[in-house]
Amino acid sequence: MKSVLKKGITSHQVFWPLVGLALLLLFNAIFTKDFFLLEIKDGHLYGSVIDILNRASVLMLLTIGMTLVIASGGIDISVGSVMAIASSTIAVLLSGKTVDVNQHLVSNISLGSALLLTLGLALILGLWNGVLVSYFGLQAIVATLILLVAGRGIAQLITSGNVITVNHERFFYIGGGFLFGFPVSIFIVGAVFLLTLIFIKRTPFGLFLETVGINRVAGRFSGLNVPLVTLICYSISGVCAGMAGILMTSEVRSSDPNTMGNFIELDAILAFAIAGNSMAGGKFSLSASMVGALIIQTIRTTIYSRGVAPEIMLVVNAVIVIIICSLQSERVKTTIARYSWTQGTAE
Amino acid sequence: MKISIKSKYTSMAITIGIFAALVAIGSFAYDNFFGAQNLVNLLIDNSFLIIVALGETLVIISGGIDLSVGSIIAFVSMLAAYLLTTVHCNPILVMVIAIAVGGVVGLMHGVLITYFNVQPFIATLAGMFLTRGLSYVISTDTISISDPLFVAISEYRIPFFSDSFLSIGVIVTVFMLLVFIYIGHYTKFGRAIYAIGSNEQSATLMGLPVRRTKVLVYVLSGLTSSVGGLVFSFYMLSGYGSHATGLELDAIAGTVVGGTLMTGGVGFVVGTVFGVLIEGIIQTFINFQGDLNSWWTRIAIAVLLLIFIAVQRILVARREQKKTVKRVETIEHGVGAD
Repeated sequence: MKSVLKKGITSHQVFWPLVGLALLLLFNAIFTKDFFLLEIKDGHLYGSVIDILNRASVLMLLTIGMTLVIASGGIDISVGSVMAIASSTIAVLLSGKTVDVNQHLVSNISLGSALLLTLGLALILGLWNGVLVSYFGLQAIVATLILLVAGRGIAQLITSGNVITVNHERFFYIGGGFLFGFPVSIFIVGAVFLLTLIFIKRTPFGLFLETVGINRVAGRFSGLNVPLVTLICYSISGVCAGMAGILMTSEVRSSDPNTMGNFIELDAILAFAIAGNSMAGGKFSLSASMVGALIIQTIRTTIYSRGVAPEIMLVVNAVIVIIICSLQSERVKTTIARYSWTQGTAE
Repeated sequence: MKISIKSKYTSMAITIGIFAALVAIGSFAYDNFFGAQNLVNLLIDNSFLIIVALGETLVIISGGIDLSVGSIIAFVSMLAAYLLTTVHCNPILVMVIAIAVGGVVGLMHGVLITYFNVQPFIATLAGMFLTRGLSYVISTDTISISDPLFVAISEYRIPFFSDSFLSIGVIVTVFMLLVFIYIGHYTKFGRAIYAIGSNEQSATLMGLPVRRTKVLVYVLSGLTSSVGGLVFSFYMLSGYGSHATGLELDAIAGTVVGGTLMTGGVGFVVGTVFGVLIEGIIQTFINFQGDLNSWWTRIAIAVLLLIFIAVQRILVARREQKKTVKRVETIEHGVGAD
């Protein structure tokens, strides 16, 4: 009975990433001063944990989209460029041209329509990727490579290569505001995560997605609209990247098309892989991916707070990827299984 | 038979044709464009990119991908600069170490991919993080190289026709190209790469050394990246962790534009050279035009990529169709087995 219970917990995919996260937090609890200290200033919560959640929000948004895309058997390396496009679009849309009586800059269009337009554009970019992959049969990495290369160019084109500063108080609420004492960005990520979770758990879509990821041909023969399922994944990824771009722009209050989201696609893929998801597609756990994103941000915050040079981060990333991926491989798994089996009989 | 040979070269022929067309357009549009030195500069400025793209081509033909080439360049430039200025190593020794480093990183990729079944994308991503991270660990600042031998190699000019000159980097590039043409088309190893890229299972059943070949392809790509890194060090005379950022994408784009299929099994290293040169000439166009901004380079390259991939899709689709028709005919007429 006890062993069944034990197996029940450890066999759940989200278990090991959570253990990893818990170890990281434990490390911080011991070695980083006041890590779990929460302060209330002006009715807002402040502290390292809140900071990690807040800073991880952009990566978590991207990871949600990336999880669906990789689960469908593809990959989306264009998310960083889509972020840059979304960021420069909203910055240009909100940049003030006219000045009202109180000397406040007034944007050309309302905040709501600017957000909708930007998200619409991100959706179109996601659809573009999806159509190339599902209807034209391009390899996912090639199809999204096109947008990765072009996207940054397009973002620079939109802002004429300049860094655009945004002056829109209500827009800053998205990335810098507080709701019930917590940063607004956490609620945004939570809402997107819950909606996606409902979409894949409470509708047949999750089942379709895993079928497509495990075996496209079998999916087609069982009457699934495989291209449509794939298309939906890329569209969601596009919209998530758009939201991430908006969030980041609101947070830093400016848009830099040259650096915004540079190489962030690698972090999103890393978050997905750390969570123990298979890069080959098929079965996946969205919750585990979220924990993966949190692990990456926690490592980053830990490194910063310990005063280690941030450059080490890349080396740490590399070591983590190598360890995680080796652990996932059959060779290591069978070796460990054999070892623990002999241990078991010895007892 | 004749048709199949033709279609094999179609993509590459289109690439070379586009390159020639771009040179022609440039010559008509701008003065001094068709000068010998201007065209040679195209080679000088892109020498390191061509070198890494050669290794990348073989990796892609084998059905994999190598994302680490740009960071290996940065790491080699950094390591060379560090060893020369701080450790005061013998420059020849530095070159040997630098080249060996690429081989070791490539070996790591190969072992992870073949023996631990890690996807090439992830394994080389780890290598990319590792090498770029390590170059920042050495130093976050630019280290300039003032070693006499490196400076001499950097400044050495070989006279070429009509008052133009070549750099050592171009000579290395041409040498590497010849080596790769030999490897790709005249060795067992090269044929095994094509076979594995077309169908790994068939290659295994044929008794080809699949694992060894795949490991060697990544080692070779690592080695070419470090040679590219050395050429880059001669070109820049400095080491910096942010050197050659995103260069892997240019190398992959050049390979695809050069007619290599990302699915593996099809491609030529010569095509890749022209693919990279097309990227370079677009940049030259933008320099000559003056009022065009650099982002148009990216957009133009992406559009070219799209066109090439579309052309390749159509070619592949047609070949598949032809195969099916042939097979159906064979079955219908009962003309022997395969």
